[in-house]
Parts: sequence; structure tokens; C-alpha cells
Amino acid sequence: MSVPLEHDYIGLSSEAVPSMEGSERSSSGGLNLNLKATELRLGLPGSESPGRDNGVGVLKSLLVVSGAKRGFSDAIDGGSGKWVFSGNGGSEAELGKGGNLFSPRSVNGGGKGGGCECNNQNTGLGSPVLKDGVVPPPSPKPLQEKKPQLSAPAAKAQVVGWPPIRSFRKNSMATHSPKNDDDAEGKSGSGCLYVKVSMDGAPYLRKVDLKTYGSYMELSSALEKMFSCFTIGQCSSHGVPSRDGLNESRLMDLLSGSEYVLTYEDKDGDWMLVGDVPWEMFTESCKRLRIMKSSEAIGLAPRAMEKCKNRN
Amino acid sequence: MLTMMNYFPDEVLEHVFDFVTSHRDRNAVSLVCKLWYNVERFRRQQVFIGNCYAISPERLIARFPGVKALTLKGKPHFADFNLVPHDWGGYVQPWIEALARSRIGLEELRLKRMVVSDESLDVLSRSFTNFKSLVLVSCEGFTTDGLAAIAANCRFLRELDLQENEIEEKKNHWLCCFPDSCTSLVSLNFACLKEINLAALERLVARNPNLKGLKLNRAVPLEALQRILMRAPQLVDLGTGSFVLDRDPDDFETYRKLRATILKCRSIRNLSGFLEAAPRCLPAIYPICLNLSYAAGINGSELIKLIRLCGKLQRLWILDCIGDEGLEVVASTCKDLQELRVFPCHPVGAGHAAVTETGLVAISSGCPKLNSLLYYCQQMTNAALIAVAKNCPNFIRFTLCLDPINPDPVTMQPLDEGFGAIVRSSKRLQRLSLSGLFTERVFLYIGMYAEQLEMLSIAFAGESDKGMLYVLNGCKKLRKLEIRDSSFGDMALLRDVGKYETMRSLWMSSCDVTLGGCKTVAKKMPRLNVEIINENDRMKFAHEDNQKVEKMYLYRTLVGPREDAPEFVWTLEKLLFTPGGLLEDQ
Repeated sequence: MSVPLEHDYIGLSSEAVPSMEGSERSSSGGLNLNLKATELRLGLPGSESPGRDNGVGVLKSLLVVSGAKRGFSDAIDGGSGKWVFSGNGGSEAELGKGGNLFSPRSVNGGGKGGGCECNNQNTGLGSPVLKDGVVPPPSPKPLQEKKPQLSAPAAKAQVVGWPPIRSFRKNSMATHSPKNDDDAEGKSGSGCLYVKVSMDGAPYLRKVDLKTYGSYMELSSALEKMFSCFTIGQCSSHGVPSRDGLNESRLMDLLSGSEYVLTYEDKDGDWMLVGDVPWEMFTESCKRLRIMKSSEAIGLAPRAMEKCKNRN
Repeated sequence: MLTMMNYFPDEVLEHVFDFVTSHRDRNAVSLVCKLWYNVERFRRQQVFIGNCYAISPERLIARFPGVKALTLKGKPHFADFNLVPHDWGGYVQPWIEALARSRIGLEELRLKRMVVSDESLDVLSRSFTNFKSLVLVSCEGFTTDGLAAIAANCRFLRELDLQENEIEEKKNHWLCCFPDSCTSLVSLNFACLKEINLAALERLVARNPNLKGLKLNRAVPLEALQRILMRAPQLVDLGTGSFVLDRDPDDFETYRKLRATILKCRSIRNLSGFLEAAPRCLPAIYPICLNLSYAAGINGSELIKLIRLCGKLQRLWILDCIGDEGLEVVASTCKDLQELRVFPCHPVGAGHAAVTETGLVAISSGCPKLNSLLYYCQQMTNAALIAVAKNCPNFIRFTLCLDPINPDPVTMQPLDEGFGAIVRSSKRLQRLSLSGLFTERVFLYIGMYAEQLEMLSIAFAGESDKGMLYVLNGCKKLRKLEIRDSSFGDMALLRDVGKYETMRSLWMSSCDVTLGGCKTVAKKMPRLNVEIINENDRMKFAHEDNQKVEKMYLYRTLVGPREDAPEFVWTLEKLLFTPGGLLEDQ
């Protein structure tokens, strides 16, 4: 569902300038002030800043390597909650797809380190372009060819303190039962939903297709017709079930004047009172229906039963 | 107009200032002139101290003799992620002792990331007769004995809120220490404890009719929850404990009773807990979902059923097991959503990509009021971030946690444009965390557009020092900058040392700053404490100026180097003044 979104924003060409760039070009007048305010003066005030120092960039890229390495050596020492540094070749799929994000090509003296290539293309990061008030597009070449190799251990490395989750939360999630995740994601994809309907005291069961009804009202009238030979009582005509379906008046509607209550068994095997949840949710979870004697349903809906008794 | 106001009697000024409540506004008021400073300081009741080492308790007491509510924060934020050694500092004892000695009528104390001892809690409980509220967030160092002292001695206690603390639990029943005369509780949160005395809890709830907030822990079973809710149908904030039933026929009765009881609890707006939850018990809480504005902790497929009912939800904290599909349900149901936090279900172990950029885009398109986001995922695209920026221009907090150095997997580009779009469109952004792969460019955008940015967290940034300079130069309201595993070095650190006095603190770990660079900062800025933390490399640290420091934490302060620093923390200023050099007088 999101794929169309991505196409819209990536634009017509794979190297399209993102929307932000375009809008900046069109409103460069007001932008000048901002840029001036943030213009870096790397030399004395008033002097031109020197051009990009590629050498520094290379050095810094190498230092990225060593910096990352330092992080790993810290991690070996212990501490809880390590994160797999999957960027280092753990995710083979990414490597394959990206081609050579972390290519084995090493950074040599004359070559440009990772950031540099980008920087070369974007001379705008130096002051001359800032003055013009235009930020040039990012390097169209994929970054992967230029990134220096991150010399990670062969196995997935783990980094202290990443991902940044408080230990407290990590511990409470560790004891979180995984079985919740493995819940059957029961999606009822079928076109019809036949469920058995039993009624206490009736000699035989019936089956109804829940999909043919749109609301509790329809269901209860249908059941009434089906089991009319047995007294089931009537549903109140006022109060069309609302979407939330959780107010007590709905329960009253279903139960008024009746010595029976309508219950259902849900996916988990529990017997529930019909009418609590929105209709769609009910149809998804209902496995069977049972028209229960009210005397058996005491506790299921105590107030409902009181009102029934009062009415009778 | 100002001169006219100088002729008003002080009482009029006091009355006017009483309407100014935010501490920043009050700080501004106090800077206008000496008269206003003096009038304001006697009336100030709430004081916020973001760094307990920036000022001393004596100076606090001298300036604000009327303080009733104090907030103190201790360790740097990265302590949450194990980057700060355990005994770095942040002790509350000197504060409590000083306040106790004075005639301050302290009523409320809120501590975050501080070390609290049982003795501190005991002194606190005995020294302030009107003490009403204690909130401890991410603190450590105390046991349930300290809680017992608070319970026993604070006769008018209204609030005891323990959030995510590390508390050693003794065999006492600290809850029993609340006397029978304690009927004033409004909020009680002990979710971070492992045990509790159920009988004492039920009695406590029964005799405190004003209780509005109650957050239970795992040791409170469903049956007890039902009995407690019977006593406290007026609750607004509820944190459940363990929400499971055994498969016993009698327990169905409990479940029915619980459902009936919950129907009576019409005021619940905030729901959390569900530290264990059996799916089949969850329908019991459906009735409160309609009005729920905050929900945390419920997981699995049942969550989606619940979410469908929560049309008024404003704050939602969930685990990523909900998946992108689940987030789409959230997006279509929770139109008023303002805050969303999606935590990873399995923090360790990549490959379990439960939520992706798809889910985030869905949320942004369904919930345009979103202003606070914490989102853990393993990949993100620029396109998605640009879409999110367009849909949600109201971010105040944007924290994205991706795998480090991961680019946009579709285009293999760094995420500069995506983050740039966020800072450009959310003009009120105050807090930002960067992750994934980015270049200097993102810092250029941040410096240009993030005018309200106060806190920035950077991890695994490569490239040159210019990035850090863009931020320091451009973000005029920056208060906290924390950087880890990035290649910023002395050039960036030293460019504008005066900036650091306008900020609360700067943290740099596993970066390229050297000892010499840090010494230079310390020498030039006497009102900064520049701390070097060298826990691991203590032996190997060469003490040479070109040696890289493992962790540096600098912060502005009016009281000089702290006296309680452990031996692995060197405050550079102190060292500089020592004849003998580094190895002496640590």
C-alpha cells in the first residue's frame, strides 16, 4: 500500500531532486537570510572560506573506521543489551542489492573517502554556493562506491548501548511472553461464516451464516424466527446498534423480557455475551452461538439479569 | 510602561508574577531588573534544575527561600543506554541534607537519573511536614526500606510515583507502613517493583477515596485487580499488573466479575501495564477503550482489536510486533493521536523487521496531529520521511532509531534529505535523534531549519567536523547535544567554546576529540566542567594531549568541579590547577 507513495516521491527519474530542493530554488529570496545566519566562517571574519579540503575528508573517513572499531571493542567487554550491527555485512540481502555498499575496495591515499565524493559533487557545502542561496542536488552516484570499508569482525558485531533502549524496558520486555506474538492471526477470508446455533432445551441445532447479517439486530431477529417455537422474547425496537456496541442499552435490547441470553464462543474458547463488541469484530471471532438459559448466565451480565427480572 | 511598573508596590508585582508559571518565563522575569529579580525570587515555588551539578543546594536555598517543588536531574541522558559508568555520580543526598537543614518547606520532589539512598529517603520523610509528592524516574541506589520511611512518615502524602527505577526489594512490607490515617493518596505507581503485599494494597486503596492514579506491578493478579477496581471506580490512570487467568472454571467467574466491575469504571482515560496479558481476558477492558487517551503495554493480535475501539487515543506506546498492518489500524482509528512510541519486541537480533517505513507513513497520513514520535525500525527511506514530514508538520519530538549507518535501502542514498524534510517542515521541533546513514548535509539542514531545536542526539556520524559546526552555529536554542561513535574532533570542539555556556551540556563518546582539545576548552571556559571518563582505558591512557578521549561530558556550572567525582572521572579544570599535572589530585 505504501509502494505507490514511494513512487510518487521518488519521482520520475531515479535521481530526481527531492521536493525540498525544488522548493528551495523557487524561494531563494527569503532563504538568503537564513543561509547568511548559518554561514560558517572558517577563517577570519570576512575572509573567504577555503575550498573543500579533500585530504581532511579522507582522514575523517578513515577515522570513521577506527571510531566504529572502538565501539566494537567496547562492546566485547560486556554490558547488556547489545545490538547487532547489521550494517557490517550481516544483512547479505542488502549487500547484494546495493552492490557494494561496503565494498572491499579500501581507501587509498589518493582516493577519496566516503564523504568526499559527495562533498566534491556538492561544492555547495562551501561558502560560495551558500551565498548564492542555492543548495545543489546531492550526488547522483550511489554512495556505496565511495564508502570506505568498515572493517568489522567477520561475525555480526554488537555495539554497547545500541539500540538505545533503557535497560529497564529491555528487562521488562525480556520477560514478555512471546506467545502473544504467535497468536493465530485469524483472518476470516471466506465468503461465508456458518456457525452453529444451539439453544438450551431445543432438540436440534441450527446453522446461520453470519455474513448475511449486518448487525446484531438482524441476527437476533433471524434467530428469533428460527427458534420461534421456543420462547426467546423480543428485541427492543429502539436503539439501532451503534458501531461501538458497548453500552448497556444494547445488552438490554437483546435480553429484555427474555429468559434466555445470547452468548457465543470465541476463538479462544471463552463464552461471551453477544453484543459487547462491534459487529465486525464479533463475526471475526465467533465460532458458535448458544442461546443460554438466563439462570445459567448469572454473572455474565448481572445488571442485565436484574432488569430482566424487574421487567418480568 | 516599564518605569511605571517600577512604582507599583511590590505586592502588585508579586500578584502579577504569580500568573507566570513556566520556569523559563520566570527566569526571564528575573532578568529584567534587580527589583523584579528580588520580587520574583521570594515568590518562586517551583524550581527546575536540569543538571544537579550546575548549581549547589545552598545557592538554591539562598535565592529561592520559598521553594516548594523541586525537580533535579543527575546523570547524562546516555546513562540510559549504559554509556555512563555506574558510579559516575548524581547523588541526591547533599540536596536533601541541605534542604533539611534550612527552613525550606519542601512539598514536592522529582528526581530523574539520580542516585538515591535509603538514608536520603528517610531524611526526606522526616524533615518536611507538608511533603506531598515524590516522583522518582530512572533512579537507583535505594531499597524498599526507603519507601517504608516515606510511607510511614509523610502524613500528607499525595503522590508516590516510581517510574523505571532499580529498587532492591527487601522482605518488608513497605505498603503496610502507610498508617491507617493515610487517606490522602491521589497517585501511586509501583509498577517497577517485583513484589507487593496484596492485602496491604487492597486496604490502602479502600481507605484512599481520592485515588486517581494507580499503577500496579506484575505481582497483582487479575482477581486482586478486580477487587481493587471495586474499591476505586473513580480511577483515571490505571496500570494493570498481570492480566492472566488460569484455565480454571472458577476463574471464568472472576472474569465476569472483572468485566462487570470495569463497566463501573467510567473515568479511566489512561491504561497501561498488561505485563502479562492473556488474550481472552482483554475483552474485559473493551468498555473503557472508548474513552482511552493513553495506552501502553498490550501486545499481540489482541491489541489490534483493542485499538479499533480506541477512537480517542492520544498517546500510544506499543511494541513493534503490532507490525505495519497494526499501525495501519492505528492510523485509521486513532485520529487524535499525538504521541506514538513503537519499541522493538526483540532488541537483540536483527532480521526481525516487524515495522518498516510503511507503517510510519501510514501513521503519518492517518494521524496528522502527531507531535511526538519514537520509532524503532531497521530501515527507512528518504521518500517515507519526506511523506511523513509533509503529513505531520507538528513534530516536537522526533526520535528515529535505525540500524547504524544503514542508508535508504531503495536508493542507497543517505537519509539526509529525509531528515532534512522533517526539520524543515516541523518548525517547532525541539528534540531530534538521528540514526541510519547520513552525511554532513543533514547537519547543514539542521543548522538551517531547526530553529527551535533544544536537544540533538547523534550516533555513528561519519564525515568531517563541519557537521558539528553547522549544528553549533545554526541551532541557537540548542541545550543538549549528545554524540556517540562519530568522527567529530578537536576542530569542531574548539571552534566556538563560548557556545557551551549557552547550553546545558555536551556529551561526546567514541569520537575524535583529544585530551589536548578538552584541556583547551577547560582552560578557556572556567565556568564549564569538562569531565573525562576513562573507565576502561585507565591503565592505557597515555596522558598525552593527542590521545583520544573515550568519553567527554562537559556542562556549564556556577560551582566549579564537583567533589564527588569517582576516580575514573577527571575534571580537567581541577587538574589544570594542580602543580604536578594529571597524575596527581584526581
